[in-house]
Amino acid sequence: MTANLVLFLILAVVAVTAAIAMLSSRNPVYAALYLIINFCCIAVFYLLLNAPFIAMAQITVYAGAIMVLFLFVIMLLGGEELPPGTKIRWQRPLAIFLGVVLFLETVYIFITSPDAQAALPEVADAFGSPTEIGLLLFNRYLLPFEVTSILLLAAMVGAIVLTQSEEKGEKK
Amino acid sequence: MVPVSYYIGLSAVLFTIGALGVLIRRNAILIFMSVELMLNSANLAFVAFARQHAEMSGQIFTFFVITVAAAEVAVGLALIVSIFNHKRSIDVDEVSSLKG
Repeated sequence: MTANLVLFLILAVVAVTAAIAMLSSRNPVYAALYLIINFCCIAVFYLLLNAPFIAMAQITVYAGAIMVLFLFVIMLLGGEELPPGTKIRWQRPLAIFLGVVLFLETVYIFITSPDAQAALPEVADAFGSPTEIGLLLFNRYLLPFEVTSILLLAAMVGAIVLTQSEEKGEKK
Repeated sequence: MVPVSYYIGLSAVLFTIGALGVLIRRNAILIFMSVELMLNSANLAFVAFARQHAEMSGQIFTFFVITVAAAEVAVGLALIVSIFNHKRSIDVDEVSSLKG
């Protein structure tokens, strides 16, 4: 067993445990913290896969910005703990059954595809570096990049409008 | 070197856990977190295949997915706050006003 494989297995166990803990924790704040652990594990996987830029983006954007936004909203809404149990009778067993079916299907399709069996090719040191990513982003993917900025603007305006109209309604 | 199928298997496990979270939980914020988990597992598959084919387009796609996820979270959380102001609850079972 190489060092990479040992690191992968340990991190995979941590990531899956954190995901299950997020799924089963009653308190939304704990769930958010477990999700941050999971995101950090995935960032290390990106590093193992020669994607340092994506790994850093993962930590700053996901584990940083997005999860802080989640924690803000949880604090704002008071971290409400819902009582257990569901109104739909067969929801939980049916959900677990469908989840298992989905998992088996995904594994079957991924594992049986010829791509998944081949060995990893050697790549240059510059693979996935910020320089290479930037060159690709501003040459071949320039239009999607610009569309992304419009999307972010629309999301910002949408978030402001959604939360503001509510305040105006209460004042009347 | 870790074979790419290990990463894909892990990605499948995480995606299933996220889908289960969407199906089981009733707290709107936790459902959102499960959606984030699913997006992340898809990103992991993207980066793993990008490494396998030595082609960086997969990493660029992951970059775009992260951006779209940020926009989605901003709008989604604004919606949750708005619903909470209306109903005083973030239980998705309570949000059934459109049901006939």
